[in-house]
Formats: sequence, structure tokens, C-alpha cells
Amino acid sequence: MKQNSVAVVGAAETTKMGKIPDVSVIGLHADAALNAMADAGLKPSDIDGVATAGISPVELAHYLGIKPTYADGTSVGGCSFMLHVRHAAAAINAGLAKTILITHGESGRSRVGAGGFGRAPSSLMGQFEMPYGVTSPPTMFTVPVLRYMKTYGVTEEDLANVAVVQREWAALNPRASFKDPITVNDVLNSPMIAWPFRMLMCCLVTDGGGALILTSADRAKDFPQKPVYILGTGESVETPLVSQMYDFTSSTAFKISGKKAFEEAGITHADVDHLMIYDAFAHLPLYGLEDLGFCKPGEAKDFIRERNTAIGGKLPLNTNGGGLSYMHSGMYGMYALQESVRQMRGTAAAQVKDAKISIAHGVGGMFAASGTIVFTNEK
Amino acid sequence: MARILPEPTPETRHFWEGCRDGELRLQRCTDCKTTYFPPRAFCPSCASRQVEVYAASGRGVLWSYVINHRPRPDMGTEPYAIAVVKLDEGPTMMTNIVGCPQTPEALVLDMPVKVRFEKQTDDISLPLFEPAKS
Repeated sequence: MKQNSVAVVGAAETTKMGKIPDVSVIGLHADAALNAMADAGLKPSDIDGVATAGISPVELAHYLGIKPTYADGTSVGGCSFMLHVRHAAAAINAGLAKTILITHGESGRSRVGAGGFGRAPSSLMGQFEMPYGVTSPPTMFTVPVLRYMKTYGVTEEDLANVAVVQREWAALNPRASFKDPITVNDVLNSPMIAWPFRMLMCCLVTDGGGALILTSADRAKDFPQKPVYILGTGESVETPLVSQMYDFTSSTAFKISGKKAFEEAGITHADVDHLMIYDAFAHLPLYGLEDLGFCKPGEAKDFIRERNTAIGGKLPLNTNGGGLSYMHSGMYGMYALQESVRQMRGTAAAQVKDAKISIAHGVGGMFAASGTIVFTNEK
Repeated sequence: MARILPEPTPETRHFWEGCRDGELRLQRCTDCKTTYFPPRAFCPSCASRQVEVYAASGRGVLWSYVINHRPRPDMGTEPYAIAVVKLDEGPTMMTNIVGCPQTPEALVLDMPVKVRFEKQTDDISLPLFEPAKS
């Protein structure tokens, strides 16, 4: 895409987060959308493009009374919203729509108006993974990790440390679900979920949502909020079956998406002031740091242990506390994008001083897909 | 509670019929010679439709796994490993490791394994793996 041609002019999360038993899935989408429209000073009739995952863009548009000229229902898991941002930027540049609303809402914990997680027994997952006792993501997303650990000498303590450092960030965020400090021992003594993964290495399960509104950079200066420009974007998809990843020690989708986003943005790693890596589980920041090229293969564990990603470090990572401590409704990518936008606006609870470039990197499914957005507040 | 079982499709039927008959059947491309899995009617490496089914060795190594401590109801009440084996022919395949304790001590990465078919119904047998002598 063309650098800085499109900007985020509206961004908001749901009014409440965590446990919201009185709002359904589509209600969470709408709450986030109304908050984002208020943030941008817009009404539904000002929106001419919609994008969402989890529900259909048809449901979203009609629920809000929007009659769009553009609809994107790309649904590749938790990074779908990164892909929506990318597609929206291209669509705005191509003249398909002027003002595009992207929403997420999920009743991950309360399951109000939410569908099930099953797979048809004739699908590839139904035939070649379900028969072996996989359940929810903790028993699938984690399957490649022992191979990664053996290859690079990564220990259970290293995994635990990812959660410990992110909890330090969460403590600075009033909206974070978990704010109390934890130690490596706390993580290693938390209940076993799927060895080697303990409960505190796994993301939360909460209710919530978020929404973004994008328009052309030319129009963005007329909106009430400081524009956050889209400098570069990437996306890729890899496999519907975690057992069929091309390489168990690396995400091919991460590498392709990240490389494309850096190329489009025309930046180097040293230019990045702030980073979000979708952390459904403690191994994802390790894979992400390496596959995006911030660390060499196997070195992310040391990078985190040396506190480069912690408060005061050179690469602040997952500054909202991440899926491990902030919130995780199921498709967390939207919250990573929201935190990047807050950092670029200068309004984050754990604000990185003078941050000018932020990357939000997402994963979808169990290493199935990826999307990467490079934001900047300078044009 | 009956175990969740696969439902074969036209493209995968040869695989499940093989399991029923005690044979691990893979496909390979007769043009570029790549062996691949899961089954499909063409080669994912070169897109050739000239592919054949053959009986694989049923041997491989334990490639990665987790031990699920919150068993799915149809899988019993004890923790079990959800494993991936790397077959001698190249592809990886999800499975369970049987015939040994479901512990990190017993489940050592790269240990040799061999297939053991476990009958579930008249049509479906699952290709599970057990430790093998190297």
C-alpha cells in the first residue's frame, strides 16, 4: 500500500471488558462501534464500508443501520482485524469506500449469543486432528512448542518469564484483567493445562470488543483525534492444521507478513519504538520476535530475559499486558491494534515516551494466519 | 462416550480404508516424487494430478507433543499426549502415542515410533503410534 495514505480516526474498546453477561456477541460489536464513532465524531450514516470477523459484515451493517459500498468478511481467526485494516487501506486508496468501520466483539467467557467451537468430522481438522483428543486452543496452539524448545534450548522458565514480564506491563493498565505481580515460580506452580503449558502461560478468556474507523489521510486531519497513519501492512496464511506447519520452530505466515509490512513501511527494526505481538500463549512473543526479525532464531528468550521488552527496555512489547494479562475474548488482534493506536496517540496507560512507530502483529487460528500493521503518528 | 471419529471424504477414503486394513497409505507425486499428507488429489509441491497411493513404512519419530491434563470426555479421565510424528517418508501427522506412560520422561522427542491401528468401528481404525526399537 501507499505509505501514510490512510489513517485511523476512530478507535475504541467496549465500554466494559472482562465479564459482561448482559451483552450478546453482536451487542459487543455494536457497543465498540458506537464508542469508535463517538471517538471520531461520526454517525452510522457517515460510514460507507464495514469489515468484521466472527459475525458476518451483513449482520454488522444491518444491526447498525449502515448501507455500505464495501464489505469485508475476511475471517482467519484473531488476526482478521489486521487483514481488515490492510484491505480497508487498499479499498480507500482504490475509491471503494471513504470511511470504513472494523469491529470485533466476543462473548468469550459468558458465551452470550456465541456459537460453538466444533469442526465437521469430514473437515481436514475433523479427520486428522480431532480424533486424537484436541480440545480448545491450549491443546493445539501448543503442539509445536516442544520441538522449538529442544531445537533452541528454551526452558519452561523461559516460557514462564514471558508471562512475568507482561504482568509488569499489565500492572500499569487500570483495565487489565490481571494486575498483581507474578514470579516465574508462580507461573511454574500454576495448574497444568497441557504440558509444558501451565495456566499462567495461557491467555485469559474474557468478554469484550473493539472497533476502528479508517479514512484517507487527506480527510483525517479534520477529525477530532490525532490521526494515526498506516505506514505498512502485511498478511499471510499458512495451514488449517497445526500439525502441518511447514516448520515447528517458526511461523512461515509470520515471516511473510512481517517482511511485507517492513518493506511497505520502508523501515528497519531499529526504527520501531513499540511492538504488539498477539500472545494467546507464552510462546507466541518468542516466535514473533524471531520471525519478525527482531531476534535471531532461538534468541528471543534471552532478549526477554535481559528485559529489552520490559518497562524501560529498548523495545516495549505488549504494553497493555497482552492476552496473558490484559484481556482475551478469543480474537485478540483487535486489542493489539487498539493499544498500538493508543501508543501513537500518546494516550496509552503505559505510554512509551516519544513513540513514533508502532507495530501490531497478529496470529490467527493455531499458527494458521498472520497480519502485521505498522502505524506512525508522523506524516 | 463414543470417541470423536473422522468422516472420510472421496479424497481421503483410501487413507481410512488403509487404516481399516492395517496399512498406512500415503500419496506421492509420480512427477516430482514428493510424498505428502493429508490426502488430496494432486501434489501440493508441484500441482501435478499424477499421484499414486502407496503403503508407507508406518515408522517415524516423535516430533512434538503436549500432554493434555484436561481430557476431552470421549478420551477418558487420564492425561494423554496429543502428538505429532514425523514419518520416515517425510510428512508430519497428528496422533496419540500408545503403549507407554503419558509422561515427559517416557515421551522423548526423536524416539522411534511405529504405527499401531486401533479399531473404533467396522469402518474406522485410528493410526496411533507406539515406541519402536530403532
